[in-house]
Amino acid sequence: MAAFPWHARSRNYVSESDMCKLESVPVDFGDYHPLKPITVTESKTKKMSRKGSTSSTSSSSSSSMMDPLSSVLDGTDPLSLFAAAADPVITTATMDNTRKKRDKDDGPAVGSDFEPWSSKRGEILARYTTTEKLSINLYMGSEKGKGTSTGSAVSEKVRTRLEELDDLEEGSQKELLNLTQQDYMNRIEELNQSLKDAWSSDQKVKALKIVIQCSKLLSDTTVIQFYPSKFVLITDILDTFGKLVYERILSMCMDNRVSLSDNFSPESVNDTAKETCLNWFFKIASIRELIPRFYVEAAILKCNKFLSKMGISECLPRLTSMIRGIGDPLVAVYARAYLCRVGMEVAPQLKESLNKNFFDFLLTFKQIHGDTVQNQLIVQCVEIPLYLTLYSPAIDWILQCIAYRAPEVLLTEMMERCKKLGNNALLLNSVMSAFRAEFIAARSMDFIGMIKECDESGFPKHLLFRSLGLNLALADPPENDRLQILNEAWKVITKLKNPQDYINCAEVWVEYTCRHFKKREVNTVLADIIKHMTPDRAFEDAYPQLQSIIQKVITYIYDFSLLFSVEKFLPFLDMFQKENVRVEVCKCIMESFIKHQQESTKDPVILNALLHICKTMHDSVNALTLEDEKRMLAALINGFIKMVSFGRDFEQQLSFYVEARSMFCNLEPVLVQLIHSVNQLAMETRKVMKGNHSRKTAAFVRACVAFCFITIPSLSSIFTRLNLYLHSGQVALANQCLSQADAFFKAAVSLVPEVPKMISIDGKMRPSDAFLLEFLCNFFSTLLVVPDHPEQGVLFLVRGLLNVIQDYTWEDNSDDKVRIYTNVLHLLSAMTQETYIYHVDKVDSNDTLYGGDSKFLAEINKLCETVIAQILDHLKTLGKEETLKRQSQLALYLFNTILAHGDLRNNKLNQLSVNLWNLAQKHGFADTKTMVKTLEYIRRRSKQPEMSHFADLALRLPLQSRT
Amino acid sequence: KGIGPIQIINSTIEMVKPGKLPSGKTEIPFEFPLHVKGNKVLYETYHGVFVNIQYTLRCDMRRSLLAKDLTKTCEFIVHCLSQKGKLTPSPVDFTITPETLQNVKERASLPKFLIRGHLNSTNCIITQPLTGELVVENAEAAVKSIELQLVRVETCGCAEGYARDATEIQNIQIADGDVCRGLPIPIYMVFPRLFTCPTLETTNFKVEFEVNIVVLLHDDHLITENFPLKLCRM
Repeated sequence: MAAFPWHARSRNYVSESDMCKLESVPVDFGDYHPLKPITVTESKTKKMSRKGSTSSTSSSSSSSMMDPLSSVLDGTDPLSLFAAAADPVITTATMDNTRKKRDKDDGPAVGSDFEPWSSKRGEILARYTTTEKLSINLYMGSEKGKGTSTGSAVSEKVRTRLEELDDLEEGSQKELLNLTQQDYMNRIEELNQSLKDAWSSDQKVKALKIVIQCSKLLSDTTVIQFYPSKFVLITDILDTFGKLVYERILSMCMDNRVSLSDNFSPESVNDTAKETCLNWFFKIASIRELIPRFYVEAAILKCNKFLSKMGISECLPRLTSMIRGIGDPLVAVYARAYLCRVGMEVAPQLKESLNKNFFDFLLTFKQIHGDTVQNQLIVQCVEIPLYLTLYSPAIDWILQCIAYRAPEVLLTEMMERCKKLGNNALLLNSVMSAFRAEFIAARSMDFIGMIKECDESGFPKHLLFRSLGLNLALADPPENDRLQILNEAWKVITKLKNPQDYINCAEVWVEYTCRHFKKREVNTVLADIIKHMTPDRAFEDAYPQLQSIIQKVITYIYDFSLLFSVEKFLPFLDMFQKENVRVEVCKCIMESFIKHQQESTKDPVILNALLHICKTMHDSVNALTLEDEKRMLAALINGFIKMVSFGRDFEQQLSFYVEARSMFCNLEPVLVQLIHSVNQLAMETRKVMKGNHSRKTAAFVRACVAFCFITIPSLSSIFTRLNLYLHSGQVALANQCLSQADAFFKAAVSLVPEVPKMISIDGKMRPSDAFLLEFLCNFFSTLLVVPDHPEQGVLFLVRGLLNVIQDYTWEDNSDDKVRIYTNVLHLLSAMTQETYIYHVDKVDSNDTLYGGDSKFLAEINKLCETVIAQILDHLKTLGKEETLKRQSQLALYLFNTILAHGDLRNNKLNQLSVNLWNLAQKHGFADTKTMVKTLEYIRRRSKQPEMSHFADLALRLPLQSRT
Repeated sequence: KGIGPIQIINSTIEMVKPGKLPSGKTEIPFEFPLHVKGNKVLYETYHGVFVNIQYTLRCDMRRSLLAKDLTKTCEFIVHCLSQKGKLTPSPVDFTITPETLQNVKERASLPKFLIRGHLNSTNCIITQPLTGELVVENAEAAVKSIELQLVRVETCGCAEGYARDATEIQNIQIADGDVCRGLPIPIYMVFPRLFTCPTLETTNFKVEFEVNIVVLLHDDHLITENFPLKLCRM
């Protein structure tokens, strides 16, 4: 094949650019611009304007056109729509207004300010646990065995007559013994599942039996410390059951596929549904045992709505007094809690029953100290203080229901009633947990007084202080009392001997201190905590609390110069001696710093402390550290590095980076950040000097460049290294460090052969060719402006790179090499121009150095010739059947290159392009559309000045029709 | 028992005149009054051990020579019309102490206790629950359970005299465990639908109801107090 000499088209970039540039139009205020912020005006007016198809102008203040995003929707912004629907304050507020006019009794339902049961259950399950063995006793409807054991007055003969409920399936009595807590929970979950299964397979009686058996478990108080959790688990099942029954009956009310509205009246319920509902109530009324009868009826309380309007309001008081029959005070109080829970859900307006439940509980309060309970505790080896805490979740809940939107007077009355009872610590604690924080906070001093008067032997006092502290963290006590409250409380807290009790209280009170006081008090409190937690390494058992203390401190004191001036803050951190906890704490601090620090800083106190913290995080990295963890730590450290600025003191800044590099050498992303930061520093220097470096600044930027040059090799990711070499080289060039820039580029060139064929991305092996291609193209664009080194040959770097590309072992069946060669043609064509398309300020590129010297141009053309020869060779090898498509694509690619950069007045080149055009179409793999477009382009170009030869070319390019 | 079934009612009506039924589903409405035979009385449906009052409906379809006649029988339930007039409530107060008990062998071994209470009425409407209150004023031994036992008493006259049998038909626990002293506990029991009927007294048999309040103490002492009830439908 004959060699094709290259003739680059000479370009006038300035005129081309002028010709192609879009006309720029200044944008006036109020004009439409897609990048201007969109102001959404009220949706109401929008809707109005949408009605007519023509008037869309008034929709948005900043745009004369319709915002395409909002126009898709029906006028109203969906997010604000949801928000409006979900915002209970607004909806209840508006509903309140209409309701109040209508009916006073129908008070507001439960709003989002009522803490739902679902948020309590997790807490209870986590708190009331046991290591003792548990048992489940299930008699599937069998009363036979049980009857004799309870010694009921009924004769054996009579027992044979059992009601439908008591009919049992054979062998259904089972007793599961020796269960661990986890086993127990699994079993209960199984029961829950079998309830659902039984229900869905239409075995309603079996479902009822399961529920009855489950609720029977609630009368069993062995392993009493687990009782609250058991209550949670079993009432879950009851809730499920209640929902199933309700929905079933509701579905029976469906009339012509129209279901009842939420506020249906009993008259609209048909007879079948009513009868079914009544049946359930009759069945439940015949359950022999009190506790299951109570729970199951309470579970379907809501179904009373089907029968009569007054149903629920009649049922609640009856169920309330029914609980009086439950002898065990703990079982009874939980039954009350359940009733209140169901009541709040179904009929929150019926407050009377809630109060009645609490008063009934107060009446039975003395039982707690009665013989029956005491004997039971002795048998189970449970101490009174622990036993009393078992009541808290139930009483808290009842009081919370009562206190919800209750008038101040009622709360005061409740408090007075509690006061009257002798050992009222338990109640006091529940009052503090359940009542509004504002209510408690306003009376803080009274409460402190009451807490002090409490009996030591009963309910643990530190819990009382904890509860008070929790309230004070939410609401502010009167201004004048604040210091006294802190002093009084801390006086007691500091005397707590058990470190766990102490830290649980201190954790809560730290928030109050941070909220209302300054650095001095916070410091005192931290000092006290350190004093208490250091002996016997007590802090080891209190990491979660200590962590939460740090959290609270940094939530309130996020000015870091203030924070680190709290003397005891850093010593406090020293208590975190377990590495993973310490790292967690460091992370929290860094997150807060990144979130709150607005301006960059050079405060030596902050820098020292944070460097120390970052160092701790960095040093925790080892071979086993997870990738994600490393990424997160690096991100935090990077966030810190970015916030450090010494202003115009660039040298100080650089030495900070040097120090950081030595500290964080194990985290690659940090090193990368440092390199970027240093590069930025160099560019910053250049900017300050307006491009004219003095001797001093020149030395400084060289120091920066040197920093990068020696840092890059320590990175492991090859593409990171390549890109950083290129980037740093560009920075060096911009700062007129020519030999340093050369060094970077040389390093990049010599690194290319090491690029592996596959690289790991996000843990998956991927071919690297696309990355390499991208990098090389980027590299070429830089090489255009890099001046030749006087001691090296012409185009030393380009030649070097070409050699590397030549020798690189490319994937066998890939055309990457040829694509790169084609791109090299672009570079070389650009290099032959009289004036290059871009320059680096104050650096003379080859256009100036050689001044269009013919030897230089010949050199380039020789290179082009070689490259074209290589390309054509490759095209020839693609002549086989299976590679024809690739051949067609590559041929077209080269054709386009010649079109764009070659001088087609040259005959040989012109002939070559015609040949390529034909080759691309020869085997029918060319995309007709593309070909047509290309031809159109050529015709259009031919109309431009000095392009008339394109018209001839167009005539020589036939379009192959696909037939 | 001893006496065969006594027929108290028998009536026949013609539902359709002879002819052909159209093909497909045919519903034929019917109604008839219940007329008593002779001087007998119609009672409510009731299924007991000795006494059964049952009403059945039989439908015969006579067919042509070659096909068999078809017959179907089913039971239907009869409820009395509400009795006219007002029920006069008959409240009962009660006090149970060791001294009030009968049938005690060793009164000395009994723990001391005092249980007071009342039933709102022993004349009960069958569709309304039995209500009242009970207070354990004091008890030496811990209370284990308090139950309401509904008992049905059937009396049946026959040649040899009469047979009387009591059956428990429902047992409802109203207190479980050692209840709080001095706190009134509600007495509340719904009458089960199939096993109760208004109190019946006829020449041949009687169906009566009673409720027992059963207190079970922790040392397995069993205290029972009996109250006859009169049920009616209003």
